[in-house]
Amino acid sequence: MRVTRRSFLHVTAASGGGLLMGAYSAPFAAAQQQPPPFETSAFVRIAPDGTITLLSRNPEIGQGIKTMLPMLIAEELEVDWKTVKVEQADLDAKYGLQTTGGSRAASNNWVPMRQVGAATRHMLIAAAAKSWGVPESECFATNGRVYHRGTDRSLGYGELASSAASMPVPDLKTLKLKDQSDFKIIGKATRSVDVPDIVAGKPIFGIDFTMPGMLFAGYQKCPVFGGKVVSANIDEIKKLPGIRHAFVVDTTVKTGPVVEGDPGLEPGIAIVADTWWAANSARKKLDVKWDEGPAAGQSSEGFAKRALELSQQAPQRTLKSDGNLEEGFKNSAKVLEAAYDYPFISHAPLEPRNCSARFQDGKLEIWSTTQLPGRGRTLVSKALNIPESDITIHLLRAGGSFGRGLTNDYMAEVSHIAKTIGGNVPVKLLWTREDDMAHDYYRPGGFHYLKGGIDAAGQVVAWRNHFVTYGDNEHFASAAAINPLEFPADFVPNFAIHVSAMPLALKTGALRAPAANSQCFVMQSFIDELAHAAGKDPIAFRLELLGEKTHEKYDVARMRGVLTAVAERSGWGKRTLAKGTALGVAFHYSFQGYFAHVAEVSVAANKLKVNKIWVCGDIGSQVINPSGAEAQVQGGVIDGLSELMAQEITLEKGRVMQTNYNQHKLLPFAKAPQIDVHFVETDHDPTGLGEPALPPVIPAVTNAIFAATGKRIRTIPLAKSGFSWA
Amino acid sequence: MATKLTVNGRPTTVDASADTPLLWVLRDILNLHGTKFGCGIGQCGACTVHVNGQPQRSCITPIAAVANAQITTIEGLSATASHPLQEAWIEMDVPQCGYCQAGQIMSAAALLAKHPKPTNTEIDEAMSGNLCRCGTYLRVRQAIHKAAGMAVTEGAA
Repeated sequence: MRVTRRSFLHVTAASGGGLLMGAYSAPFAAAQQQPPPFETSAFVRIAPDGTITLLSRNPEIGQGIKTMLPMLIAEELEVDWKTVKVEQADLDAKYGLQTTGGSRAASNNWVPMRQVGAATRHMLIAAAAKSWGVPESECFATNGRVYHRGTDRSLGYGELASSAASMPVPDLKTLKLKDQSDFKIIGKATRSVDVPDIVAGKPIFGIDFTMPGMLFAGYQKCPVFGGKVVSANIDEIKKLPGIRHAFVVDTTVKTGPVVEGDPGLEPGIAIVADTWWAANSARKKLDVKWDEGPAAGQSSEGFAKRALELSQQAPQRTLKSDGNLEEGFKNSAKVLEAAYDYPFISHAPLEPRNCSARFQDGKLEIWSTTQLPGRGRTLVSKALNIPESDITIHLLRAGGSFGRGLTNDYMAEVSHIAKTIGGNVPVKLLWTREDDMAHDYYRPGGFHYLKGGIDAAGQVVAWRNHFVTYGDNEHFASAAAINPLEFPADFVPNFAIHVSAMPLALKTGALRAPAANSQCFVMQSFIDELAHAAGKDPIAFRLELLGEKTHEKYDVARMRGVLTAVAERSGWGKRTLAKGTALGVAFHYSFQGYFAHVAEVSVAANKLKVNKIWVCGDIGSQVINPSGAEAQVQGGVIDGLSELMAQEITLEKGRVMQTNYNQHKLLPFAKAPQIDVHFVETDHDPTGLGEPALPPVIPAVTNAIFAATGKRIRTIPLAKSGFSWA
Repeated sequence: MATKLTVNGRPTTVDASADTPLLWVLRDILNLHGTKFGCGIGQCGACTVHVNGQPQRSCITPIAAVANAQITTIEGLSATASHPLQEAWIEMDVPQCGYCQAGQIMSAAALLAKHPKPTNTEIDEAMSGNLCRCGTYLRVRQAIHKAAGMAVTEGAA
């Protein structure tokens, strides 16, 4: 059946204590607003032979969404999961919200996708009841068939498909969804639907997309962001073997004083060839004179120096101010001051940026791995002056993304190339790894100058954070903001968050658990410092700080719950550890998820071995796919360890100095610790997992390093301080 | 320039310059897209293929160097994706994004060919050149154990 009836459903925004995500990162803002309506009928196809095809609307980047969303539909549809086929939906208004970001998929889809399944099931039941002339209440559906209670009559979904399409779509608001105890698919470890194709080497990724007559492109940009071509040996390049087109793209993008989102089509040189290798070989022969522009004066060293200067001056802005800081510090028995910093880092998904497109008669067709296809379409529309209605976007599986696909610079580039060539010739643009690392939307670095006071009883009575970040007055660079309600805000009577910002001519953006991935390190480390200064156990100290309070943005009891659980599972305070081996703890609330981690490390002569990480998370009442959930937590932990040890992007003369994985390293295979994953189930609607399991990893390990060695880590990556993996 | 190659048991002649990396011949000329481009400098292992049974980084292997060799890609590892490693990978739901997994499987297959019951140290050594950005390492190890008919361990030794 193609359920053709038009039924529009307005989904209310999922409630629940999301942090001020808009302030964190502009790309997520869309996901926080009222989601657009979708058509119930768009997600289910039932063929006359009974084959069920479910459409997954969100971009798949390795987070398992192409499995999880259809599981929700299938549960209520009453079909055997093993028989279900899943297809990736292209960008189309009928699907409603199609975004990957902010770990929002679970909360945004938990009710709507189950309603899709339930509504379709009701229509199939109605069709069967009508054909038998019996009340619907005497019929039920299971395993792809509708049965009449009391007789042996039954009809398969395939037989009912066409008549079901003409049944009225039930009012979704009054649909009763299944009780948790009746779930057959939700809550069962379910293999990611594309795994058989992946292990067979099938061409399912963006980079694998081909069409007859396809040409291949490279795009050379200035090593300094926004730099323009003054002159280039284009004529010479055009004569090289296999080269079909070579041309300068003479656009201008805003480089400062702050880059807040997608700056648009960046200037550069496009080279299009019969093979990608030919295009790439020609790029190596390019001789370009660049106008590097104002960004060429930037350096990491310069920013660090400026941050220190700013820290010693009155802050530019105050985001939050409670009580009386001066009094608070005066009444403190102990006052600690510490400066923390973390670097720019790159997303570096293993699949380099790529995108395919073709253009003819004013119409553009795109094949992309973007996380935000709608935003990509808008960008391309504006950059190339093509109406959005003339742009089609197909979604392909991404070889990782981690936030890189929230921006669509490469989509604009290939669209411009395809439009320039015209004639409906398909072009695949593929960046090199070096392009990818030189032209990312980097996780912004940051500097925190902290002062904390504890009273004679070891209570935190004063906390001041002067955050030096990137931006221009009230405009933060993308993902460079701080949430003024970040813990321990509202838990300390005398409290202030100040901000000073430095102009930055560099693209920045959300990287897995944006803001949280860096600020959790700072907050949970300094809390650890205060705990040790108070002479208290780090977990007891945190529980005391959380106390029995409530908070407007998150549920303090859930935070305590995971912290208590991780203490128990890790044997905190109950195990005797060898010298040089110790535990560290950290917790964080982000992206609607509550997480607490304990790390066990062994350190000798700056050689670090992470033996085990215990993770306790609270993402609500139901882990939808336990296999995918465990994978996301393992991935978040390993991602955090990579960031902790060896990831740093530095700038010199406006250029990114790191070029490849040998300089911006991932955790190697043999260094992965054991990871104990446990979910604390609480009576709240399920929330997402792509992000919230990452942030506590880093401070849990650095706090453990302190416990093992007495050395407090206030700057990451660790490699800068002489550490390496044991 | 014509170069004769034997890929997945099939002799073929490709028209590409001698210094073209095997990876790009596989992907863009022979339409075998299972072998992936990750770094281009032999650092990530996503492009791992077998050359005469040995794991090799196809992104830095010029075709001239493998003209007389037996080249096996993920597509040729088994006829129906039924190599014990492929089956174990499916059973253990190893991939996340999946992009590095062809390379992981090819490295693991070369390991098992040499050490049918590998120790954890042997696994560490064989897999050390294969990066996974998603962090599937624990399941990769488990799946190797499973494919080797060994007890599946919890994680790193």
